[in-house]
Amino acid sequence: MPFVEECVISGCVLLGALFALIGSFGIVKLPDLMTRLHAPTKATTLGLGSLLLASLMYFYQLDGVFSINELLILLFLFLTAPISAHFIGKAHLHSQVDPEIELPPTGRPCGWSTYEQTSVGDDDGRPAGDRGGDYRGELG
Amino acid sequence: MLSTALIIGFLAVCAATVMNLYRLLVGPTMMDRVLAADTMVINAIALIILYGMQQQTNAYFESALLFAMFGFTSTVAYCRFVLRGDIIE
Amino acid sequence: MKRKTQITSPAERGWLRQWIPHPMLTVMLFMLWLALINRPQPSSVIVGFLLSVSIPVITRRIWLNSPGLGRYGVIAWYVVMVLADVIMANIQVAWLIVCRPNRSLRSRWFTVPLDVTSDEAIAILAATITLTPGTVSCDLSADRRSMLVHGLDVRDEAALVALIKTRYESRLKAIFPC
Repeated sequence: MPFVEECVISGCVLLGALFALIGSFGIVKLPDLMTRLHAPTKATTLGLGSLLLASLMYFYQLDGVFSINELLILLFLFLTAPISAHFIGKAHLHSQVDPEIELPPTGRPCGWSTYEQTSVGDDDGRPAGDRGGDYRGELG
Repeated sequence: MLSTALIIGFLAVCAATVMNLYRLLVGPTMMDRVLAADTMVINAIALIILYGMQQQTNAYFESALLFAMFGFTSTVAYCRFVLRGDIIE
Repeated sequence: MKRKTQITSPAERGWLRQWIPHPMLTVMLFMLWLALINRPQPSSVIVGFLLSVSIPVITRRIWLNSPGLGRYGVIAWYVVMVLADVIMANIQVAWLIVCRPNRSLRSRWFTVPLDVTSDEAIAILAATITLTPGTVSCDLSADRRSMLVHGLDVRDEAALVALIKTRYESRLKAIFPC
């Protein structure tokens, strides 16, 4: 394997491992759950992205063929990491936080949707006008 | 050089997993534990990828993808259980 | 892509729409299947075609309406910008975690009023906020017009809200017509 490529791949591996380590260190170090939530959603995602990039380049060197599976994992992680963080934060709000004391006002006449069960946040709560135009031709 | 980098990577990710294990065992609230388990899944994916690179085989990517999917699904299912008291309504 | 150019007469369009209700979804499923196979062979192309045609038809009742996407240039630029921001934000957050003692972190909640109204735009904005500048989005107000965001180290709340609104939300408003 050429020297420059090996350097780049090794650098990506080290960088990815470093970010994964920092993300998990943040989980241990930071003081409460909401701050802890920042560490894995960001640092770990980038760490794994860097590792996957290294793997992509490595197998391209080895076989001469692009393997798309790595990109698939990367895409999946980037799509799902915000969703799981959002869910964990919401569940934390639901079980631990007092909305009157700790949360800022919404700036709207209603409260935050986690605490208001009769919200429009349910699946069929939207006004009917939003539903119109069921087929608008995604391809143009 | 790459093999050394891979070994350092293994050590770093294993240390990260141990830290997650600490939070999983100690974590004051339930959601701390869920967060730690979620991060552990991501670190397990990192370990699988590193192992695949060390063994020079492509065969482990399906397992990494399955880990990613199941980790996400279980996190969401648990949070939904906490939020609604039920998973499938 | 080829199927789209076959749409010629309105009568044929109705028949085609019956069987391919979401052309974009079909194309994406097909490409996803090929990416999963990793080394595509003729048989996997056939199976992928069957799956990508049958899945949208079977799950038709789940897809209520498809967001009218246009402006692929804006979308591509948005993706590139968010990727660059993700890397920057990661380095920033890693620096905060490693080098700053806990008591000097000014972490707090703040509210971002929303201008975008469509579900897809709000979802993408929430995901972008979570991935990028040291912030995690946690909740929406009950009428979906403001978002609850937690920041790891907030010095100037108004500036951060303005950054989110100008940098991400205005572009999303251009992508998703409300």
